[in-house]
Amino acid sequence: MTNDAPYKRPLPDLERKLTQPYWEATKRHELVIQQCDACQHLWFPPSFCCPNCLGEAISWKPVSGRAKIWSWIDMWQMYFRGFADERPYLVAYVELEEGPRLMANLVDIDEERTGLTCDMPLEIVFDDVTPEVTLPRFRPIR
Amino acid sequence: MSRDTLKRDFRDKVAIVGVGTTDFGAMYRDLDPQRSNYQLGLTAFKAAIEDCGLTRDDIDGIFTSRVPDTVRMSEILGIRHPRFSSTLPGGGRYSGLGVQYAAMAVYSGMADTVALIYGNNGRSVGAKYGGDGEGGGPESNSADFDVPYGMTSPGAQYGLMYRRHQALYGTPAEALGHLAINNRNNAMKNPISVMKNPLSMEDYLNTRFIAEPLRLLDYCLINDGAVCIIVTSAERARDLKQPPIYISATQSTSDFTAQYLSDNFYYDSLSSMAPDLFGAAGIDRKDIDFAQIYDNFTPTVLFSLEGLGFCGKGESGSWVTPERISLTGELPLNTSGGHTSESYMQGWAMHVEAVRQLRGECGDRQVANAEFGLYSCTSPVSAAHILRR
Repeated sequence: MTNDAPYKRPLPDLERKLTQPYWEATKRHELVIQQCDACQHLWFPPSFCCPNCLGEAISWKPVSGRAKIWSWIDMWQMYFRGFADERPYLVAYVELEEGPRLMANLVDIDEERTGLTCDMPLEIVFDDVTPEVTLPRFRPIR
Repeated sequence: MSRDTLKRDFRDKVAIVGVGTTDFGAMYRDLDPQRSNYQLGLTAFKAAIEDCGLTRDDIDGIFTSRVPDTVRMSEILGIRHPRFSSTLPGGGRYSGLGVQYAAMAVYSGMADTVALIYGNNGRSVGAKYGGDGEGGGPESNSADFDVPYGMTSPGAQYGLMYRRHQALYGTPAEALGHLAINNRNNAMKNPISVMKNPLSMEDYLNTRFIAEPLRLLDYCLINDGAVCIIVTSAERARDLKQPPIYISATQSTSDFTAQYLSDNFYYDSLSSMAPDLFGAAGIDRKDIDFAQIYDNFTPTVLFSLEGLGFCGKGESGSWVTPERISLTGELPLNTSGGHTSESYMQGWAMHVEAVRQLRGECGDRQVANAEFGLYSCTSPVSAAHILRR
């Protein structure tokens, strides 16, 4: 966001202990996801234990930021006032190179959605939307 | 006893004997911000006990859904000492599950006759599915990881699944149109439906997108109404006013992940459930005379048909031809008009439609000689029944 208008879109809860390391990392322009110390399984979203072995010793592992599109939608409906000026906007369900999937907006795609396909390779970009919050988004690797 | 033995023993031991609904079309044009889910529930309850010829005092089990509190509903109805009662969550999956709980209560002897009561004043009070407040709270991954991107609503999750299904299998946009139009054609023959104006493929394709690739007409309605279903044993059912509609088999299954969407379109969960369901009823898919398939969004029908084995994996898009799914086709679908054209009573009214079809009460939309009907709801918890007359 390069303009000076106040940011009006919904923001994550930075006070939530479980997810704080994620947002601290995105602020450093780094993507981290949870990994089980015992079995090395990786998952997202953050949880209290490893869904593979129920281990509770968990580390935050930096990941590459390379990904591919599982699927995407163009959201036309105005569910949030903050998105009113940018409809339709692109939301993708993105599969990280390391396996876990997450939702994110896609950027650097034209209005005709030229070349957009499922499984298209992506790379992460970090968007400092407020002084406190940095949201990861993804763009095609061309 | 093995599971198979138990399920064979359960077959046709429990019946749906009474059904009641409001007039969805009439209420759609008559909004009332004071409309109470309890009052709606009362209307449907009276219609259902009148339908089966029972009285309030015969009811010894009660479940409510979307009617917020079973205690309050029971108090209003003067049901002081039910032997089995619970408030179900308001989600659509709880219609199929509620019928299962009632059937289990009756089969086990925990209750003789159970009333399931659903009331929905959503249109009058401006219910929304998605947007501010959805999935909030201190434990919400959705609020933290989806909503900042403007990602919200079950429909958008279905949009993601449908796009992927199209990419993998070449599913045409017209497939959803056929489903929406079939619903409308049936609703036009249903006196209590909401949507009664004709719908063409051109109309469908010209409708605005909500979460592209899904259009407005792929989404369920939001309307006011109520449904009540009375469940009792086959033995008690024999002496009642209406022919009993037996629960031949019922089963549920689950797919629990971090998102509402399933990365296999719920195929793995449904296809693991289907043999149990059809096996327990002792029939095959070709014996099913109609199917009421939960269509919160039209793609749900495609995924359900694949998962339940009516067509092959990935083949639903070309399978749902108008000829096949119409009232005179191989598998008449959503004969009341479904959730996109009759009403969005979150599966409850689809149960009622199945009962009315099997009783032969459906007039212009009656499926000829209907003996076996399927209800299914696909979601993170899926449930399906085979009902028979």
